[in-house]
Amino acid sequence: MAHLDRLSGNEAVAVAMRQIDPDVMGAFPITPSTEIPQYFAQYVADGLVHTELVTVESEHSSMSVCMGAAAAGGRAISATSSAGLALMYELLYVAASSRLPIVLAVSTRALSGPININNDHSDAMGARDAGWIQIYAENNQEVYDNYVQAFPIAETPEVRLPVMICQDGFITSHAVENIELLEDEEVKGFVGEYNPEHYLLNSREPLAVGPYDVTHYYMEHKKQEAEAMKNAKAAILEQARRFEALTGRKYGFFEEYRMEDAEEAIVVIGSTAGTAKATVDMLRAEGRKVGLVKVRVFRPFPGEELARALKHCRAVAVMDKSEGFSACGGPLFAETRSALYDLESRPKLINIVYGLGGRDVSTKDIAAVYDRLHHLAQTGQVGEVYTHMGVREEV
Amino acid sequence: MAYQFKKELEKPERFVGGHRLCAGCGAGITCRAVMRALEPEDKAVVTNATGCLEVSTFMYPYTSWTESYVHTAFENAAATCSGVEACYEALKRRGKVQDNFKFITFGGDGGTYDIGFQSLSGAMERGHDMVYVCYDNEAYMNTGIQRSSSTPRFANATTAPVGREKQGKQQDKKDLTAIMVAHGIPYAAQTTFIGNFRDLHEKAKKAIYTHGPCFLNVLSPCPRGWQYETALLPTITQLAVDTCLWPMYEVEEGVWHLTYEPKKKKPIEDYMRLQGRFKHCFKPGNEWMLESAQQYVDEKWEQLLEKCR
Repeated sequence: MAHLDRLSGNEAVAVAMRQIDPDVMGAFPITPSTEIPQYFAQYVADGLVHTELVTVESEHSSMSVCMGAAAAGGRAISATSSAGLALMYELLYVAASSRLPIVLAVSTRALSGPININNDHSDAMGARDAGWIQIYAENNQEVYDNYVQAFPIAETPEVRLPVMICQDGFITSHAVENIELLEDEEVKGFVGEYNPEHYLLNSREPLAVGPYDVTHYYMEHKKQEAEAMKNAKAAILEQARRFEALTGRKYGFFEEYRMEDAEEAIVVIGSTAGTAKATVDMLRAEGRKVGLVKVRVFRPFPGEELARALKHCRAVAVMDKSEGFSACGGPLFAETRSALYDLESRPKLINIVYGLGGRDVSTKDIAAVYDRLHHLAQTGQVGEVYTHMGVREEV
Repeated sequence: MAYQFKKELEKPERFVGGHRLCAGCGAGITCRAVMRALEPEDKAVVTNATGCLEVSTFMYPYTSWTESYVHTAFENAAATCSGVEACYEALKRRGKVQDNFKFITFGGDGGTYDIGFQSLSGAMERGHDMVYVCYDNEAYMNTGIQRSSSTPRFANATTAPVGREKQGKQQDKKDLTAIMVAHGIPYAAQTTFIGNFRDLHEKAKKAIYTHGPCFLNVLSPCPRGWQYETALLPTITQLAVDTCLWPMYEVEEGVWHLTYEPKKKKPIEDYMRLQGRFKHCFKPGNEWMLESAQQYVDEKWEQLLEKCR
């Protein structure tokens, strides 16, 4: 039986970790994810888990520990943010290409520089092409639910890819909310026992991991990895289906909020969706046909599904909480615009970069975006496609 | 039972031929000898840093290792091994693994003295039950003989070349074994392969079978980087210890012990003369280099004798 508890997003993740009881955690502190290894260390100290806690000297080593442990045949976890994720960068690719189903909790934060500890998505977005599945959360309940689903997705034989479970640093990682927790046994039942097919500690059959892969084989292996990422779509939906059967909570690649007859829509990731939903409700009360798509799964990117969800809109604003410095828009915009290209008739599209380094976003800001979309839909004039929101010009 | 070289060689190989290491390379000899120190009933997981050894012994789809083996990157072999070892502890606790596994990491001096130094220090400090073996060939050989912090002073390296103003590496070699000893680990040793491999074998055995983090530094010459005739490999390792340039010693629970003392200490130039990387040291006008190299060896040797007393 599920029960309610008041938890920060970080603690919610830590609780899910405890319930899963993984084999190894590589732990290194970095704001705002630090609480996760702290809570977990207490579980270890109290004997609540079987996990070996490896308190390493850097995030580079925490990901290395996870790779060693996952190759050895165990479930391996870590948590990080910002520069910590950046320090893992090389190894993220190695973990994915070695097909190691590691789960990494990311409390997202601006990636230096200048140094800033507050939220945006530049850290996780910087790692978007590393071969990891990326699942983002709007609130504490979602990050908990996503975490519980992570291992079964990662360990699906057709997938075998690592997963990042992302939440907005401070905004959800530190805010305390009422959430519904599953019982420990329910979580254990959901994730199941992990019995990998091949692993280093198998005394009946040795295994070699991480070869020097020459030109003759490398491309075949990368193609397999690409296929695995495509396969992840079915695995994500399958685990969402199982999770709904257990909890009644429904998940997909993205959430459509009041999109049935929406003419103007925002596409957004993470906690800002909550603010945007409140704005949608306000504007709907005024009779405006506005809606919202909150992207939950960014890797694999659900391009076709997203195009279907947006095809009836007249104008769409894609909101990026990270800069890509491509000089033509952020990463979510690039993916969304590409996804819409195959439609016979497409909505007008703009990109708004917002909330960098913790810059606050209010319902007023979101309402202004819908106003802009409305003007765009009325006049057909797109104007400047790629803009930044909430920037003080005098700085 | 007393060490018998022939008996040891009768054991099934755990590092087999067919790899792509150069003729006259010390790395393969080091690995084969270390792996021989495993008891027949025990299994091992080998971790390897990126380097010559990795690209030569696990080129897809072939491997020279009969044991499980993992390579992830250049700078993190010790951390990767600590993850494997931690997982072993967890799976043993859950009853999922019954056999005895030993954890052995191999890294070159680049992956050990330099880029993997932090990872190594962390793993040793945390106390994992593992052995880190450095096959020290005194430069970044895999990328083409660039200087490392292990390269000895005066040696010619492609990023410390011999030129008109500067001739070879300007700095002394980092004393990594002493730094590992300073971590307070239960066993650290320095060795190389000479004669019947007894010293290397016994140290490898102690390192593998001493509980906790252990470190083995094995001088493993490189014919390309050091520029010697491949057949001279055993002569060079013998001279390295007989000149006292590379003393063979071990430190058990903080107690220093010399395991080999040459009957007659040979001059360092005997060692240097056989290697092209020191050729410039023998040019007229560079006598000071040989004198300085000798002085350095003498000082380090005296310091070591003091510690071993």
